[in-house]
Amino acid sequence: MSISTQDAPKSVAARMIATGTHQRVLAFASLIILLIGFSIASPNFMQTSNMIAILQATSVNGVLAIAVTLVIITGGIDLSVGTMMTFCAVITGVVLTYAGLPLWLGVIAAIATGAGCGLCSGTFVAKMKIPPFIATLGMMLILKGLSLVISGTRPIYFNDTPGFSEISRGSLIGQIFPAVPIPNGVLILFVVAGVTAYILNRTVLGRYCFALGSNEESVRLSGVNTDRWKIAIYALSGAIVGIAGLLIASRLNSAQPALGLGYELEAIAAVVIGGTSLSGGRGSILGSLIGALIMAVLTNGLRVLSVAQEWQTVVTGAIIILAVYADMLRRRRSA
Amino acid sequence: MTFLVEMRGIEKRFPGVHALKGVQFDLRAGEVHALMGENGAGKSTLMKIMAGIYTPDGGEIFVDGAAVTPDSPRAAQDLGIGIIHQELSLMNDLTAAQNVLIGREPRRSFGRLDEAALNRQTAEIFASLSLALDPRTMVGTQTIARQQLIEIAKALSYNPRVLVMDEPTAALNDAEIAELFAVINKLKADGVGIVYISHRMDEIKRIADRVTVLRDGAYIDTVDAATTPLDKIIQLMVGRDLAHVIPDFPDTSRNAVALEVRNLSRGRDVRGVSFDVRKGEILGFAGLMGAGRTEVARIIFGADKRDAGEILVGGQPVDIRSPCDAVAAGIGYLSEDRKHLGLAVDMSVRANIAMSSLSTFTSKAGILNEAAMQKTALSYIDKLRIRTPSDLQDVRLLSGGNQQKVVIAKWLLRDCDVLIFDEPTRGIDVGAKSEIYALLEELAAQGRAIIVISSELPEVMRLSHRIAVMCEGRLTGILPGGAGTSQQDIMTLATQRESAVVEAEDA
Repeated sequence: MSISTQDAPKSVAARMIATGTHQRVLAFASLIILLIGFSIASPNFMQTSNMIAILQATSVNGVLAIAVTLVIITGGIDLSVGTMMTFCAVITGVVLTYAGLPLWLGVIAAIATGAGCGLCSGTFVAKMKIPPFIATLGMMLILKGLSLVISGTRPIYFNDTPGFSEISRGSLIGQIFPAVPIPNGVLILFVVAGVTAYILNRTVLGRYCFALGSNEESVRLSGVNTDRWKIAIYALSGAIVGIAGLLIASRLNSAQPALGLGYELEAIAAVVIGGTSLSGGRGSILGSLIGALIMAVLTNGLRVLSVAQEWQTVVTGAIIILAVYADMLRRRRSA
Repeated sequence: MTFLVEMRGIEKRFPGVHALKGVQFDLRAGEVHALMGENGAGKSTLMKIMAGIYTPDGGEIFVDGAAVTPDSPRAAQDLGIGIIHQELSLMNDLTAAQNVLIGREPRRSFGRLDEAALNRQTAEIFASLSLALDPRTMVGTQTIARQQLIEIAKALSYNPRVLVMDEPTAALNDAEIAELFAVINKLKADGVGIVYISHRMDEIKRIADRVTVLRDGAYIDTVDAATTPLDKIIQLMVGRDLAHVIPDFPDTSRNAVALEVRNLSRGRDVRGVSFDVRKGEILGFAGLMGAGRTEVARIIFGADKRDAGEILVGGQPVDIRSPCDAVAAGIGYLSEDRKHLGLAVDMSVRANIAMSSLSTFTSKAGILNEAAMQKTALSYIDKLRIRTPSDLQDVRLLSGGNQQKVVIAKWLLRDCDVLIFDEPTRGIDVGAKSEIYALLEELAAQGRAIIVISSELPEVMRLSHRIAVMCEGRLTGILPGGAGTSQQDIMTLATQRESAVVEAEDA
C-alpha cells in the first residue's frame, strides 16, 4: 500500500476546479455578462433603484431555491415549495389577522408550519419510500387545497399588523446608509444563504445531505440512520420555505391563497442554472443564489428593454436548457 | 473455549433461492478464518448476516458466548463486527476523510463538523496503513485499487474485533496485496478475528489459519489451512473432481472471422483494444472490476461513443453509432443487469421475446399479430427449455436462469451472428448455470460468435475457447482456453498495471 507521492495535496485552485466549481464560475460569468450587456443596451438598467428592484425580486425565489437545493443535493426533488410557501403565509395570516396575536408569533408560525410540512414530505419519502417526485407532488396539491380552504379562497390582509410589511419592505440598511436603501427582504435572503451554506458545508446535517445524494446505501451500511437525517433535511428545507412565505406575504401585505403554483419550477430552474446536479451529491447555495439572480436580471433587463413578458418566459426556458447542456458538455469531457 | 463469534444453523431464503441451509461458522480471536466456496455458495450472504445487513430466517449468533441479534449495521458495529464489502461502497462526491469517518464525524457544538480533526484522524489511520494519501482527496478521482484501500481504512477506523474481508484483493496488485497481508498480520497480533473471503487459492495458504467451505448454501467442512492440501479444499468447494470440469473445445482457428475490432479507445476506460472472434468461437473476457470489459462491449454495441478504433463485421468495416446500428449489423448485447436493461419484468414471456422484433409481428395497419407471437414464443420456450407455466407468465415470476433464457430468446429471434454476454450467470443458481453454459456452447456450435464477459474465473475458464484479459482499459493478453491456462496466468495479466510498473521503477 505504499503509494508514490504523485497524489500529494493539491493546490486550493486545483481542488476548486476538480469539485465542480466550474458550473458556478460559468454561472457567475454569465451573470456579469448579462449585467454588462443590459447596462450597455439601456442607460436605465444600471440605476441604484433598478438594482435594488432586481435584488428585491430575487429575494423570494432565492430563498425558495436555497430550500430546494438542500433536497436536490440528497438526490430528491421538491415540487411543493411554491404552494407550501403560500400555505405558510396563510397560516401567518390566521395567527396575526384572525387571531390577532403578536407579530413574533406570526413569524414563528410561518417557519414552524414550513418545518412541519417538510417533516411530512420527508416522512413520505424516507419512511414510506414514496419517490420524492410523487410525495411532493401530493404535498403540492394538498397544501394548495388547504390554503384555499383555510382562507375561504379570499386574501388575508395584514392591515392590523403595521410592522408586518416592514419584514420585507423596510430597510435597516437604508436607516444607516440612506444612499443604499436595500430592503430587509434582500438582507434576509443573504442571511438565509449564509446560514444555510454554513450548515451545508460545516455541519453533520450538511455532510449527510451530500452523502445521501452520493450513495445512500453506503451511508446506511455505515450505520447512519439515513431515514432520520433525510427527514431532518426536508424539515430544514421546509423551515426555509416558511421564511419565503413571510417574505412574499410581507411584500404583498397579504396572504394570497391562490398564489404559489409555478414558484417551485422557478426555484428548481435557479438551482439547476447554479450548477447543482439533479442526480444528487453535488451542489452549492452560492450557485443557487447566482441562479436566482440570473433569472431576476433577465426578467428585469428584458422588461427595461421593453421585451414582451411572453418572450421573457421563452428566454428563461432557453437559458435553463443552455445551462444544463453546458454542464453536461463539461462533465462528458472530464469523464 | 468460547469463540469470538459463533453462528449456528443459519437459514436464509431469497425469492426463488434457498441461500443458506443451516450453516454454521465460528471465529476465534487472533485467527484468519478463510471462507471458501464457488460463487453463489452463500459466503457473502452469511457474512452480511453477521454484519447486520441481512436478517437471518433462522439460527443463532453468539458473540463471546452471548446470544446476539445484530439487526442493523450499527448494531453489528457496536458488537465490534466490521465488514469490507466486495462491491466498493464509497461516496464518490465526498473526500477520503469524509468517507472513512462517515457516521462518526468529529463534531463540535450544534452539530458543527470539526473538519480539521476529521482530516487529522483519517491521516493517522492512513499512516498506520502506510498509505500515502491526502485525506482531502475526492474519492471519485481515485483508481479502483486506491478506493479499495480507502474502504479498508474505513473498516479499520471502527477498531473492530471482528473484521470481514470480502475479496479484498480482487483489485490489488502483488505489492499492494503484500502490504495488505502485513496489515492483516498486525491485526491478528492485536487479537482481531478476521474472516477472509477470496477466490485466490494461493492466498489461503499464505494468510489463513482455518478454512470453512460452503457449497450451494450448505456447510461442508472446516479444515486446518496449513495441513490440508489445496486440491482437497478445491474438491470440497466444487464437490467433484476438477479434472472433468474443463471440456475439450472444438478447433475454430480456421473459421471465418465474425467480428474484429481494431484499436478501440474511449478516454481512460478503453485504451487501444484490438481482438477478433471467429464463427463458432467463444471468446471469454476476464479482468478485475473496472478493467474496462463492459465498456468495450458497450462501445461495440454502440451504447457508448468511441474516441477511436474500427469495428469490422464479417470482414467489412461498419460504422456503429447506436445500438440500432449494432443490431442491424447482427450484434446482440445481453447486459449484466438484465432486470434493468434486458427485460421488461412486468410483461409476459411472450411480449419480452417479441420485444425487439415487433415489426415482424405487425400487420400493415399496425396491429400486433398475437397468434404469431405466441407461436414464436412457444417454440423458444421449448427450444431453450424455459421453465414457465405459459408464455403469458410475467417474467418477474421466473427464476434468474429462466429470465436469462428469455433474454437469449429475444436476441436469437433477431438472428444475431455475434452475441455478447455480460455476466451471463450473475444471480443464477448453480444448477441453472450449467444449463446456460450448455446453451452458450450450443449457440457457438451453430456457428455464432460468442463473447462472454465474466468476473468468475472458473466460468471464463470453463467456457472460453480463448481468454482475453484486460487491466485498466488495456487488453493485456489473449490466452488459449482449456487446461493449459491456469487462474494464475489470468491473474498475472489482469493485474499487469501501468501504475505497478511505474512503482517498480521508482523502487
